[in-house]
Amino acid sequence: MKFQQQPESRSHSYPVPVEGVTSLDFDPYASEVLRDPYPHYEMMREAGPIVWLEKYGVYAVTRYDSVRNVLTDPETYCSSAGVGLTNFHTEEPWRQPSIILEVDPPEHTKTRAVFTRILSPRALKKLTSTFEAQAELMVDRMIEKGVCDGVKDLADAFPIKVFGDAVGVPKDGREHLLPYGDMVFNAFGPANDRFKECLANLGPATEWITNACQRENLTSDGFGAELYAAADAGDISHEDAGMLVRTTLSAGLDTTIFTMGNALVNLGRNPDQWAVLRDDPKRARATIEEVLRYDSTFHSFYRTTTKETELEGVPLAREQKVLVFVASANRDPRHWADPDRFDVLRKATGNMGFGAGIHGCAGQMIARMEGEIALRTLASKVESIELLGEPILHFNNTVRGYTSMPMRVTAKKH
Amino acid sequence: MPTITYELADGTRTDIKVDVGANVMRTAIDADIPGIVAECGGAAMCATCHVYLEKDSASAFTTISDVEEEMLECVAEDRQPESRLSCQLYVPEGIEQIIVRLPETQG
Ligand code: HEM
Ligand code: FES
Repeated sequence: MKFQQQPESRSHSYPVPVEGVTSLDFDPYASEVLRDPYPHYEMMREAGPIVWLEKYGVYAVTRYDSVRNVLTDPETYCSSAGVGLTNFHTEEPWRQPSIILEVDPPEHTKTRAVFTRILSPRALKKLTSTFEAQAELMVDRMIEKGVCDGVKDLADAFPIKVFGDAVGVPKDGREHLLPYGDMVFNAFGPANDRFKECLANLGPATEWITNACQRENLTSDGFGAELYAAADAGDISHEDAGMLVRTTLSAGLDTTIFTMGNALVNLGRNPDQWAVLRDDPKRARATIEEVLRYDSTFHSFYRTTTKETELEGVPLAREQKVLVFVASANRDPRHWADPDRFDVLRKATGNMGFGAGIHGCAGQMIARMEGEIALRTLASKVESIELLGEPILHFNNTVRGYTSMPMRVTAKKH
Repeated sequence: MPTITYELADGTRTDIKVDVGANVMRTAIDADIPGIVAECGGAAMCATCHVYLEKDSASAFTTISDVEEEMLECVAEDRQPESRLSCQLYVPEGIEQIIVRLPETQG
């Protein structure tokens, strides 16, 4: 592994935080924050364009412009030191760094090009009708049941089926993918009790996923097979191909599941918004975009400075971790009108729910497509959705979603 | 200061003064120019920021990368030799005016 910068060669150390910067003892990973993070984000946004988080020794950016500026300047704010709290340049990572998410150009560009090809809009078109057929089956089953669980019957079931098939992993045991993803996203935060408990309960998940990523266990026509074909063509190594199948699974499943669940919860809580979608199911894609803005799945991750620099007038030393709150940027009133209103008619493009810049989510087109198809199918067939009790929130250090959502659905009359 | 001229499919033109280094997609979005969707926000994943560069403007920009090449294969309206993804275009030094034509549809 390459070290861009040794810790002892830090060129300059500024007293942190620099004078004039608000210093907070706030813990963004505390359960009471995760339960409802938005008032806390507002507090940080109003405290300044950049704040210092004492507990972790990091700066944080929470406003739209400052978040975008950091994410679109990868030469200054790199990913190769890890996009979690741990600095891979100075500390041992819990697993091997990802060769797409946690590398910088030029290595990044090579891997990214392979993903771009495999997950391009053109490549995804082939999957549309299969995805639609599955969504119909699942929505029909929900209608038949009447009282169902929006998470288990759709938000979980749909991506596990269609995304699992699209990657080409074995059908039996796919439930192991969820705790693995949970682990990966917890690991972007501190090694707190939530992380330790998650690691201790992983059970057979790691072994299952390791096997699932091997070439002989993948179908011959999925993204997994295509990643190995890219290795045959010499674009990446065969070892890389296996790692990228793993990345695809860990980055691409929990996230889409949570996003779909967040969509259902917000539509359930806002019957007027559901009515807009139900009366015009073509708005499904715009609805997903608004869900990603209003109730972001991925809340925060890190960048690390490669050199001395200045951010919002504050001098930063090298190897300084900066925590980037995309979920807060998506609610910044400096950028959005009436940001705390869930509005499916809004133009929500430009939200950073998928990040921004060169590391902006490589799976975003398939994620949008899954969400769009599931919501459009639901909106075409269902008259009303009614939440039965409070949905059960899942606690994770960096991603937000629900694990259960009892609801009643009634069919449209034709 | 260089100018970017956006020409809509119906022929209407809008001129915007920008700094060197400005991104052609982002400038359009910030100015609410219709005709550029940019669903992926510049991550080169969506191909909905397709533009046609006027000849003189074309040579001013960096060449098409592998990633952009891949995405240009996915554009909704016919790809032409002067097709580019505006999110990959940064205004270079030494050019006064850049003219981009917008396609009728982005998908
Ligand atoms: C709604 C669902 C999803 C959300 C909210 C999401 C969110 C994100 C975010 C915020 C990043 C940027 C991280 C950073 O800048 O450090 C990212 C990167 C990434 N995502 Fe997603 N993602 C989703 C679905 C997917 C899917 C379905 C896949 C796989 C097919 C995927 C694969 C990736 C990969 C490979 C990267 C790394 C890209 C790079 O570093 O160049 N994601 N995602
Ligand atoms: S904005 Fe998506 S490819 Fe240019």
